[in-house]
Amino acid sequence: MAFLRKSALVLILLVVFSTPFRALTTEGHEDTYTLSKNSAANTGSTTNTSSAGNASTGITTLPIVIWKWHHVETPYLVALWILTCWLCKLVTQLNHNFTKIIPESGLLIMLGFVLGGMVWGADKAQTFKLAPINFFYYLLPQIVLDASYCMPNKHFFGNLGAILLHAVIGTCWNAGTVGIALWGCYEGGAMGTLNIGCLQFLLFGALLSAVDPVAVIAVFEEVHVNEVLYILVFGESLLNDGVTVVLYNVFDAFVSLGGPKIDAAEIIKGIISFVVVAFGGSFIGVIFAILTSILTRITHKVQVIEAGFIIVIGYLSYLTAEMMSLSAILSITFCGVCCQKYINANMDEKSVSTLRYALKVMANGSETMIFVFLGVSAIDVNIWVWNTGFILLTILFIIVFRITGVFFLNWILNQTRLIPISLTDQFVMGYGGLRGAVAYGLAAGLDEKKIPEKNLMLSTTLIVVYFTVVLQGITMKPLVQWLNVKRATLSDLTLNGKTANRVFEHTVTAMEDICGRMGDNWWTRHWNHFDKKYLCWLLMKKDARKINDKILAAFHTLNVEDAKNYVIENESKGSLGFIRNYDTANVDFKKKLDLDYADFMPDIMADMSDYDFNIDNVPVNSMVKHPVPSVSLDIHEQDRMNINEDLNAHHVLDEHLYKSRRFNRPTYSRNNYNSNENPDELQEIFQRTMRNRLESFKAAKRSVNPAKKIPKHLKKDSPLKPNNKPADPSRTHPYGDEAGIDNPGYIDETDSCPPMRTPPWQRQTGSSMNVAPSQRAQGRLPWTPTNLRRLAPMRMSNRSTDSFMMADTYEEPPDEKEEQPGTNTKL
Amino acid sequence: MGASQSGQPHEFQHLSDKTGFSIEQIKNLHNRFEYLTQDEGTLRREHLENIENLALNPIRKKIIEAFFDKRNLGQEGEGYLDEIGFEEFLTILAFFTPSKQRTGEDDKQKTRKEKLRFLFNMHDTDNDGFITLDEYRHVVEKLLSSNETIEIETAKAIADAAMLEVASVTVGRMGPDEFYEGVTFEHFMQILKGLEIETTMNINFWNLDSTAFQCGKSK
Repeated sequence: MAFLRKSALVLILLVVFSTPFRALTTEGHEDTYTLSKNSAANTGSTTNTSSAGNASTGITTLPIVIWKWHHVETPYLVALWILTCWLCKLVTQLNHNFTKIIPESGLLIMLGFVLGGMVWGADKAQTFKLAPINFFYYLLPQIVLDASYCMPNKHFFGNLGAILLHAVIGTCWNAGTVGIALWGCYEGGAMGTLNIGCLQFLLFGALLSAVDPVAVIAVFEEVHVNEVLYILVFGESLLNDGVTVVLYNVFDAFVSLGGPKIDAAEIIKGIISFVVVAFGGSFIGVIFAILTSILTRITHKVQVIEAGFIIVIGYLSYLTAEMMSLSAILSITFCGVCCQKYINANMDEKSVSTLRYALKVMANGSETMIFVFLGVSAIDVNIWVWNTGFILLTILFIIVFRITGVFFLNWILNQTRLIPISLTDQFVMGYGGLRGAVAYGLAAGLDEKKIPEKNLMLSTTLIVVYFTVVLQGITMKPLVQWLNVKRATLSDLTLNGKTANRVFEHTVTAMEDICGRMGDNWWTRHWNHFDKKYLCWLLMKKDARKINDKILAAFHTLNVEDAKNYVIENESKGSLGFIRNYDTANVDFKKKLDLDYADFMPDIMADMSDYDFNIDNVPVNSMVKHPVPSVSLDIHEQDRMNINEDLNAHHVLDEHLYKSRRFNRPTYSRNNYNSNENPDELQEIFQRTMRNRLESFKAAKRSVNPAKKIPKHLKKDSPLKPNNKPADPSRTHPYGDEAGIDNPGYIDETDSCPPMRTPPWQRQTGSSMNVAPSQRAQGRLPWTPTNLRRLAPMRMSNRSTDSFMMADTYEEPPDEKEEQPGTNTKL
Repeated sequence: MGASQSGQPHEFQHLSDKTGFSIEQIKNLHNRFEYLTQDEGTLRREHLENIENLALNPIRKKIIEAFFDKRNLGQEGEGYLDEIGFEEFLTILAFFTPSKQRTGEDDKQKTRKEKLRFLFNMHDTDNDGFITLDEYRHVVEKLLSSNETIEIETAKAIADAAMLEVASVTVGRMGPDEFYEGVTFEHFMQILKGLEIETTMNINFWNLDSTAFQCGKSK
């Protein structure tokens, strides 16, 4: 019900938004050819009589406001259509029951029908169409750029051979066989009389041979098939668009030449042009990728528009290739694929996510518009020419030849592939040959003079697109389930996954070396070597090179995750209350300490003030350093309450993120946002977050020992294993007195470990305390002076405890000293 | 070399049954073996260390050790041999044979286990059934050693974090009273279940023709 209401609302909105179109179109659709969605050539409604409106007719008196529709008409309509299309997407997402069955792309096409119907109803003609020029220049590039920029590089290059084979040979095969088979049927009389020759059929086959990346991504993203299958289908669909356009141009030229003039020389020229166009386009893309990468080495100076550079250069690579009549799609594809590694390393993390999101917005947006307009364009009586035989045979041939082609090529590939492509995967690949907007764009771009049956081809293309996107899209998911196609495994973002993967890659290459085989790994490895030595040197910033390592990146991600989780988790527990307690307590503790025990606990004092209060928290700092009489203490406490929130946040950041060296002022600037550019940052983040991780782990284990250090120490001391090796790991242990990461860790109390390792006070308390001693828990401080007194001598005499605390060198000395009171005070 | 090969087909057949290599492959590998050992008949560490291409490999020591690891060779006891014969050489390489097409799920699991065990043994140098933190750190340090700018501290921190991850994954599932001493093989399998090792830890042995290995190593 709620859904109905919502969708009704949106539909009303749609109607409201389409009224301007009616208003426009009833006025007589002047200027509509400039509208980006409008194809002047197709509508034939280019009566540019320009009723230029009230504004230009001369004024008699000063108007206060003027209705200047014609000034804004074009951009206004474009913006409205964009909004309308996006609202359509919103409508499709309102109810997941629909999208579960019908893929979103199909739903969008259907909504496009509705919209098209509205326009038709208002105009009695289809004023808005997807014009090829708009499609190829304004809608397609960002989709391809996004797809290639987000391409899983490793899989792409790992399967490049297979992808190229499918994209080049497979596409040619599709084009040729479909064209010839249709021609054969035509000659056999299956479709009545048509004014189509063999070459035109081949041209038609060529334009239908493109597997559309937009449709494929839309459908396959929802089904999560395994990576290899995904990359094969996806990579193929990206590359074969380029190939299709090239093929289309070659055949188009042939058609223009006319049958009789085509001889062997022309055919050879065609093949040469095919190769040149395809490889030339890719080459341009690579050049632009290099340019982009070099440029991003310095763009950090203008970080705000950094992400924009990539988009613009990507688009330029597209246009440049187009200008040189090379394959634009291949150009932008390779530009995106090749530069991603370097620009991701060069740019600031923020810019990378900005770029990602910007590309996603643009790509998703134009994808939506493409599908909607595929629907809108269909509502036009003028283009529909029905020929049952032609249409049905086309659909049949497309599916049959696609599947046979895929099987044949995969059979060839499987002869040499280490891991053969399974039969079910092959079938899905074949079935996943969705046609989409590229085919439509090419068909709409046909020249009616050369091809008299253009409208038949266009309507057939539309039918094919609807058939493949909607029907095959709907059946894809059940099919994948039914065939039990291997699904994608969860990505191994884990550190262990990365490490193990690395170990394992090295092992495999080493084995190849030992066997003396120059395998695929040989190439990969040598490429990597070259990449590291020369390309990174050329294309990456110096500090980016430093941290350019997958393991490191995974580690970094994990750390950031951790820090985030930590804050979120604790905020949910009550807005950092735990820290508030801690802070107050700590400060009080210190103040009191300072006053009462300063004489015999100097080093604790020093440690703590060193540690905690070098945050830019002047009041506290000054208070500790210059102890004031107890009366005024309270006053200061009152003062501090006001800044408590600030202090807490700051404290969290300071503890668990990177210590802010600068005081970030909340200023607005068009050009900068504050960022840490400190080269020490990485190192410090490691240290801090490592500590954090250890602490939280300890907390999770409910332990009180700083045991992470202990086992290690043990190991060094004795050749024996610290713990009695458990014959059966199932033996039970007393809870909670144990922890530690390295934690061969389970130190149980009955263990024969030397007493020195677990200081007596910890030992006693181990079982009695249920509370984790993480630094957050340090709020539990000794409230009574007696505790302190008991502690103090120990602390003083026991300098050596620090030595094992320091066994792990990644702890900064002041920090671990700070831990010491924390542990001690557990008493 | 020709002399040493004569009269061996029978032996090769025996090896082929044992390791799953085809006779052809075994012949090729035997050539390679003799090349590596310089016809000495047994393979020692320095033979492998001399392979040029291995020089780039950050964990070559571990890999070379794996050849002499009794656990991998299926021999009694533990520890490392000083030299191995051709049969042992094949046994190690057999870890990297691709599994047959269309094997059952059980077989797949078995291969997977074997391959993972090989990796595990590479980590677990002291052969106590656990990858301790020190062992893990060692591996990570080596892995990152090619990148000069990463300090040892960082490598250590990474190893610690990785270990913590193992602990939190495995212990988290098994309850707090579970004894945890280091990465056991079960844990190793558990954390790596995302890694498709049974299909990727393979080498194409079949096109290992004699020309390839000669140009693979130019004097």
